[in-house]
Formats: sequence, C-alpha cells, structure tokens
Amino acid sequence: MDYSQFLMMPQEIGLLIVFLLVFIYDTFMPARAQRFLPIFTTILFAIYTAFSFIPCQMGELFGGMMETNPATWVMKCILNIGVFIVFLQAIKWTNEDFVSVRRGEFYELILLTLFGMFLMISSRHFLLFVIGLETASLPIAALTAFEKRHYESHEAAAKYIFTAIFSSAIFMLGISFVYGMSGSLYFNDIANALSLISSKSILLFVAVAFVIAGVGFKLSLVPFHQWTADVYQGAPTAVTSYLSVISKGAAAFAFLIILVQVFGSAYHQVWEWMLYAIIILTITIGNLFAIRQHNLKRFLAFSSISQAGYIMLGVIAASTVGMASMIYYILVYIFSNLAAFGVIAAIERQTGKVTMDDYNGLFKTNPWMAFTMMLAMFSLGGIPPFAGFFSKFFIFVGAASTGSVAIYVLVFIALVNTIISLYYYLLVVKAMFIRQDECAIPYIDSHWTEELGMTISVMGIIAVGIASNVYTFMSQISDSVIHIFHLI
Amino acid sequence: MPLSYTIAVIAIPLIMFLFLGLSGVKMGKKTTGIIGVIAMLITTILAYGVALTYFFGSSEGQIVDGVRKAVTVFNPDWLTFSDTLVVRMGIMLDPIAAMMLIVITTVSLMVHLYSLGYMCDHHGNAEKGFQRYYAFLALFTFSMLGLVVATNLFQIFIFFEMVGVSSYLLIGFYYTTPAANHANKKAFIVTRLADLFFLIGILILSFYTQTFDFFSNNVNGIIGMLDDPQASLAQAGTTTFMGCSAMAWALTFIFIGGAGKSAMYPLHIWLPDAMEGPTPVSALIHAATMVVAGVFLVARLFPMYVLVQGTMDIICVVGAFTAFYAAAIACVQSDIKRALAFSTISQIAFMMTSLAVSSADGQLIEIHGGYGLGFMASMFHLFTHAMFKALLFLCAGAIIHAVHSNENDKMHGLHKYMPITSIAFLIGCLAIAGIPPFAGFWSKDEILVAAYEKGIGWGIWMTMVAGMTAFYMFRIYFLIFHWKKHEVHTEHEPADQPWTMTLPLIILAAISIVAGFVPAAKLVTWDGTPLHTQLNWTIAGTSVLIACIGIGLAYKMYYKENDLPERMANSCRGLWTAAYKRFYMDELYQFITHKVIFQGICKPIAKFDRAIIDGFFNMLAEVTNRTSFGIRKMQSGSIQGYVYFYLIGVLLLAVITMACVLL
Repeated sequence: MDYSQFLMMPQEIGLLIVFLLVFIYDTFMPARAQRFLPIFTTILFAIYTAFSFIPCQMGELFGGMMETNPATWVMKCILNIGVFIVFLQAIKWTNEDFVSVRRGEFYELILLTLFGMFLMISSRHFLLFVIGLETASLPIAALTAFEKRHYESHEAAAKYIFTAIFSSAIFMLGISFVYGMSGSLYFNDIANALSLISSKSILLFVAVAFVIAGVGFKLSLVPFHQWTADVYQGAPTAVTSYLSVISKGAAAFAFLIILVQVFGSAYHQVWEWMLYAIIILTITIGNLFAIRQHNLKRFLAFSSISQAGYIMLGVIAASTVGMASMIYYILVYIFSNLAAFGVIAAIERQTGKVTMDDYNGLFKTNPWMAFTMMLAMFSLGGIPPFAGFFSKFFIFVGAASTGSVAIYVLVFIALVNTIISLYYYLLVVKAMFIRQDECAIPYIDSHWTEELGMTISVMGIIAVGIASNVYTFMSQISDSVIHIFHLI
Repeated sequence: MPLSYTIAVIAIPLIMFLFLGLSGVKMGKKTTGIIGVIAMLITTILAYGVALTYFFGSSEGQIVDGVRKAVTVFNPDWLTFSDTLVVRMGIMLDPIAAMMLIVITTVSLMVHLYSLGYMCDHHGNAEKGFQRYYAFLALFTFSMLGLVVATNLFQIFIFFEMVGVSSYLLIGFYYTTPAANHANKKAFIVTRLADLFFLIGILILSFYTQTFDFFSNNVNGIIGMLDDPQASLAQAGTTTFMGCSAMAWALTFIFIGGAGKSAMYPLHIWLPDAMEGPTPVSALIHAATMVVAGVFLVARLFPMYVLVQGTMDIICVVGAFTAFYAAAIACVQSDIKRALAFSTISQIAFMMTSLAVSSADGQLIEIHGGYGLGFMASMFHLFTHAMFKALLFLCAGAIIHAVHSNENDKMHGLHKYMPITSIAFLIGCLAIAGIPPFAGFWSKDEILVAAYEKGIGWGIWMTMVAGMTAFYMFRIYFLIFHWKKHEVHTEHEPADQPWTMTLPLIILAAISIVAGFVPAAKLVTWDGTPLHTQLNWTIAGTSVLIACIGIGLAYKMYYKENDLPERMANSCRGLWTAAYKRFYMDELYQFITHKVIFQGICKPIAKFDRAIIDGFFNMLAEVTNRTSFGIRKMQSGSIQGYVYFYLIGVLLLAVITMACVLL
C-alpha cells in the first residue's frame, strides 16, 4: 500500500490526532485535571483549525474511493471554524454540575461526527459515504440525550434515532437499486453506467427519490424534516447549534456532489424536478411554522429548515456558480446562526429562559447581547449590508443564471418567502428593543469564552459581507473543481 | 515639508470629529472647544506647510519644464468594479487644491476660535450642544478638505455629499426652532436634487472614459486623456443625444450639481434660509468654503469645459444673471445676514462667470499666454472673497451677539459702541467693493478684464454689478454703524466682544488688506504655466470709479437718517417689494412643489402604493397567517406520524416526478 496518499488527507488525519489526544486526556488524566479538558480541547482544536488552512497536495485516494480537492478543503475549513465557535460557546456549559462528568464524551462525539462529515464530503464511493453518514448520524443521538435530567432531551434522542435509522434504511434501499442497475458503487462508474441506460426506468426514479430522502433527512428538508423541531428544542443548546449549522453544511455539500456527480447525466432533469418541489415546500413550510413559534430554539429550528431550502438553490443551479454561492451561503449561515445560538445558550445557561417573551426589554439590560442577536437576525433575514444579504443575493443569482423560466418562478417564490421570514426575524428584534418588560432578564455576566465566540460570529457577519473577495475566492475554488460538473 | 503630510491635514479633523462626538459629553464644554481649536491650529500649520511646499518647492517632481504639475500623493484602489473601472481614494495636490487647503484651514481656524466666544451667552456660559457643535465643525472641515484633494470624480461626489450632510447638521444646530428645521431640510433637498444631476454627469463621463480619475499614473485619467486623440473620450465628444454631444450633457449635468452647492439661480433658494444656523457656521460654510465647492468643481474639470463652448455659454449666462439678480435683492434686504447671503450668491456668480468667459479663444492666447486668465481670476477671487466674506460674517455675528437681532432697525449707530467691529466691517466692505489696495480690487479687476475680453457687453454688465456691490455693502455698513443714534433696547449696552471673537476679526481684516498682493497669476493657473498679467488701468479705473459712485450714493442715502430711501422705495413700490420678497422665487417653488408635484404626481402614486403595493403585502401576510394556522396540526409530535409523513413524502416525490418527466 502506498502510504503517501495519507498525505492527501491531512485534515482528516489531524482531526483524528486531536480526537485521540482528547481521548487520552479524558481517560488517563487525574480527576482534578479533568476541569481543564474543555479548554484543552478548544485550544487543541484551534491549533488544528489554524493548520487546516494550509493547502496541501490533493487528489484521489484509496483507489478513487475518496477525493480531496480545493472545494472539499475549503468546506472542511469552514466546518472547522464553525466547530471551533461551538466549542468556545460550550466550555462553560460542559463544566456545569450535571454535565461535567460526561464532558469528555461531548467533545469526543462531536469530533467523531465531524470526522464522519469529512468522509461524507470527500467520499467518491457509496460505501465510504454510508460509513461517513452513519458516523455523523448515530453519535448525534447520544449528544441529543446529553441532558440526562431533562425529559425532553430523552424524547428528542429517541425521535432522532428512530427517524435516523428509518431514513438510513430508505437510503440504503435507494443505493441498492442504483447498484442493481449500474453494478458499481463508485460515483464515476455509476454515472457512466447510468448514462448508457437509455430508457428512464421507474426503478431509477424511486432510487433517486430514496437517495434524496436519505440525505434530505440530515438537511431536514420538507417532508423529511419533522424530527428537527423536537430535537432542536430538546437537545442541549450547544448540540443544537452544532446540528443546525455544521451537520447541515456538510450534508448540503455532500448532497451537491452526489446529485451532480452520480445522477448528473441524463437524470439531471429527474432530480431537478424533485428538488424543485422540495425547495418550495421547505422554504414555505419552514417559514409558516417559524411564524408561530415562541420557544426560540424551536423557532430557530424552523428558521433553519427554511434556510436549508435556500441552500438547496445552490444545488439546483448545478454549476460552479451555484457551488460557490452555496459554500458562501453556508459560511455566512454558520456565523449568523452561531451568533444567535451563542446568545441563546448564554442566557439559557444562566436563567433557563428560552421563549421570545423572556427576551422583552433585553436591550435595556444586556445591550451587547441584544445587539449580537439583532445582527444575527438581520443577517439571517438578509438585510444589507450584513453578510446574509450578500449570501442570499449570490445564491439567487447562482440559481437564476441557469436561465429557465421554472427557476425564475422558484427564485420569485424564494424572494416572497424572504419577506415572510423578515417578519419573524424582526419579531425577535422587536421583543428585544421595542417591547418593555418590568422583569426583563437581568444583566448576564457571560464567560469570556462565550463572548469570544459571539465576537467571532459578529465579526464574521460584518466582515464577510464587506470583503467582496471572499466570494471571489469561493468562485475561484469552484472553478477549480469543474470536473465534478462535467456531466451536466 | 513632505507633501505626504496632507494625509495628516485630512485625518486630524476626522479624528477630532470622532473624538469630540463620542467622548465630548464626558468632558467640559470649554475643554472640548479648546481641544478643537488646538487641533485645528495644528491642521492649519500642516496645511500651510504642505501648500507652501507645493507652491515654492521644486522637489518631488512638481515642476516639469517650468510647468507646475499636479502631484498625486497617493491613490490606492478602493472598489474594483472591473479591470478598468476602479474607484480610488487618494490625495492629489495641484494649484487649486493647495490654495483651497489654505482657504479652508484659515477660515476654519478663525471660526473655531471665534465660536469659543460666540457660542456662549453674556455670562460666558457655553450653550447646550457645544460639544456637538465642535464635532460637526470638525466633520465639515474634514469633508471639505477631502473634497479638494480628491483624485477622482467619485471621491469628489462622496465628499460633496458629506459637506452637504455636515451643512445640514450645522444649519439645524438649533433643532428646537422650526425655522432651523425648515432651513436645513430645504438646503439638503435642493442640493441633493442638484447632486442627482451631478451623479448622472459622473456616470455619463465614466461610461465613456472608463475611469473616474482625473490624472492617473498607469492609465490616462479623464483630464490626462484630453491630450490623447485616440482616447475613448473622443467618442464622448462625437456621440450625440438630442443635438448635443455626450460630453456636453455630462458637463452640463455636473455643472448643475455645482450650481446647487454654489447657489446659482434658480437653485439659490436654500442659501438665504441657511442663515438660520449659528453665524460662525454661515461664515465658514455658507460664505467661504462649501458654497464655492461648485466653482471648485467646474475649475477642477476646467480642461474639459473649455472644449465644450455650449456648456460654457450656459454657465456664463447663468453666472452673469445670478450676479445681477442677487445683487438687486441684496440692495433692499433688512436682515443683515440675508443681505450678506445674497451678496455671497452674487460674488460666487462672479467666480462662475469668470470661469466661463475664459473659454474665449483666438487672439487671447497671444495676449495672455493662454485662455486661463478667467480661470486664474476666478480662483484668485475665490481666495480673497473667502477671507473678506468670512470677515463680514464674523463681524455680523459679533453685532448680532451684541444686540440680539438680525434686523437693521435694531442696530443703527453702533460705531460708537463697537469701534473694532466697525473698522473691521469697513475693511471688509472696502475689500468687496473693490477699492484699491484691498484684496477684492485685485481679483475683481482680473475678472473684469477677462469679461471684457469675452465681449464688451459682458464687461459692462459685470462692472455694473460690481457698482451695485459697492452700493449695497455700504448701505448695510451705514445702516448698522451710523444712520442715527443707537437706542439701547437690551439690558446691557452693545460693546466689542471678548478677545476670542475680536482676534479673528483683526486677523481676517489684516488678510483682507494684503491678500491682493499674493502673486496668484504666477501660482494658480489651470495648466500650471505662470501668467504674465499687468493691471489694465482703463478697466481698473472705470470699476473703481463705479464703485466710488455706489459708495457715494449709499453715503448720501444712508449715512444720516433721512427720508430719501423711503421716497425712492415709494417711487417704485412694486419693484421694491418684488426685490424685498426675493422676486417671489420661494413662492414659485412652493407652488411647483406643493400644487403641481405633490398634488398632481405624488398623490396618485401614493394611492397606487397604498392600494396595490401595500395590498399585495397585506394579502401575503394574511395568506401566510391563515395557512400557518391551518397546517399547525402537521407537526403532531408523535414519531409514527413523522415516519408516515416521511414515507408518503418519498413516494409522492417519486410518483409525481415520474408523471412530470414521462408524460
């Protein structure tokens, strides 16, 4: 075996090393040193994140089962930044009484799922993909059940594991159909074999639908979304923020690769129509439910469903422009959502309050938190000049550049939904700034790590919007992986 | 002093704005003022250093073949639209920019110092908002300095807007009085309307030239392009729209933008109202610096304007008419600041006309070594006018501060009480009237020479207006300081003001006496080549004579109380009232905006907006709300339901797509 190919996957190797170090620390260090595990992990991860930005040799590994290229590299870097912020925001929480005995598990499981996501992003073979998918899915259930003393946490975990298993089954079934028709599990071989099948067999429609459903579950696309609200609400906030951004971002990227590379040839039209319906449903239903929510975590769950619909606009474009806008969108979305979750987590940790009414008059007592939350809401709603506006703009441009009338209609519907979403994002802002409350949340003395996490997110929201070369960089990256799109 | 110090000249006021604006309230009022003055003093010293280095130094490549070139100190890219279309932000020094640095910092320093006294009541207590006032003064100074050193049209536009904003903030400084609110809105809206044309002009010009820069090192800037016949600018000269070349359209639009800021007829209506601001602000913004931004703009693009005779004719006519029109109104105003405002409009029109007449071609080039005489005269007049008009306004401020009124009839006979102010005002009047050896004489004489060379008619017209200038200025002077004995109607007698207010008067009066001897013809020319001018005694003599007649007339009518003015007014009552009411221009604007635009255009649009646009969004909200309520049962919370939903979803997806694709 040629070991030099491991050099082409330094991000994965680095992540494994971090994981092993954390594991060793957790297992062998004395009890009084355990208190420093969170900070140790975070610093270690920060170092790893910094090193992961170094470009390396890229190419195919393991006989074509895996591929690293500039796009996967940049995607993994973005995920690393997100996980770093999640870790920052979780430090204080993992040292609390009820959680502290299991804090090592929290970090280990998150690192493991991240590794699974890296596999999903880079795999070019369905076997590896499924391993990645499962590695990224199953530990989440354990993470969701992390708050042992909370009844909702258990319920959420049960719901998650059942739906996850069900969707995995559907996904495997879909893959087995594909294997039956093409005789291979390599993405490229499947694509070549499928392009030779002239007639559009019914089996293939079912197979494509099943594969979309399997990945759509992770992305919480409608109609595979119903676990989302319960899990987001029940899970600890640190896990929710991880689920809502990191897991979603990785799945969206993998989704694009599968659809374009495997079903890109003659079946482009097939999944295009499916995705078309899914996007409209996802954006609209996510919005419609978000309007009615009072619990902020549930509210952000539905908001993230609708955001996933916008991300899919980059997939339906099926072009380098779409890919660039999608990566850009995910980056911005990570910053915006993590800013919001940072505020929610800090407030929940100290007061236990998570409903919108609790936030009345927050601006008077905690101006900086209210300000951070406002920026996050503005960015999610797409108000210029914050990054969210540009990410929406680019993703609409990317989708519209395909030029078909149907897509124009889709973009219009998405635009109308943006208006609706503004309504509920601004409800939060209204509660914080305009509504008055005698017994508003008192001043929260947040930990410096939480503040650092929020600061990074806010800087991201502002800076990514202003610095136009971020998007330029994304499009250069996407142009360099044009070979993925050769079938479209 | 290295020219790169210009960055400090611009940065200090900006830092002062942020500093005073953010932390001013935490400091004492007087402390903020003193910090502001000291910072401005440093700025002024640096600006003088830079300007003098530019004018008299010879290093850093300013002088090439005996011609003083523009120096781009630095010019980094700011926004990149395409490879060629880049917006830059930088600093460029050329004769007019260097001159403006001196003008702005001098007047600004004087105003900063003067305001220390003016913005206090008679017991020496600073007014409410003192810190805010100094912060805004610093903001204005920054914007104006940024404007004059701009390297490209886009930067000029940005700073053009910023001076507009700071002018708005300062006019409305007394924001609790309705008059100030109306005035600042009016000023902002009128100048913004003009700036819209300016923007269109910029866009047309940059469309053809593919650049915003005036000069550039690697690619030709707008002006640098003129030397290159192959340049795309030539296309702008040949592409026509409605009978005029694109370049003519662009330049005319840009002139309209300048006309808005420089209060040319018919966009002058905001300037008299802008006098609602504190008087030092009027001196700085509405007499010396911001109002000449339009003149500066035309001067900046002068090498292009000379190529388009049609536009120059428009400017010429507008300028000459405005000069006369404003002078006529100034003759009858009773509010001292308004009279000075109209005088400002008239004088700026002099500068505009002077720029415009200098496009006359032909033998002039042989006589004066280039058609830049009018340009030079205009810039020279801009310089001297800034000094003596600031002086006049600051004197007016001192008087108003003493008697608590803007009206003539509350003043009268102040000479005995305020001798220093009286003499300073007299010097200002002599300067603006064009009596040698005061500053105005030299610059106005050059303007008249340029006008006579354009045509004898222009010359006679401008000489006549110069005579009117002398008349109305001395009318004001005599009415304030003489006429009859002063009736003290406040609790204290009027007197010369504290030294902080008197010192600027003395300094500016001294400058007004000597500024005419600045060798402007050698330094401030459009292409950097020194001009060789000499006094044309025929023209100079005539204009002095006319000015003396104007002064004599004013002396006869207003020195001692008599009924001559009343009888004169009665003999042509209609004309007098019309002029007093400023020829009903404000009423005309009211009619057009309220009756025609608001009623005729805005109302139907508002209806459409309410019924159709709002209706659509209301419908959206209603539908959303209802649907959201209707489908809430979908999220049942039971896991069996979730899985059913999932499965049905997958199958429907497959079936429907199949139907769509196969059928």
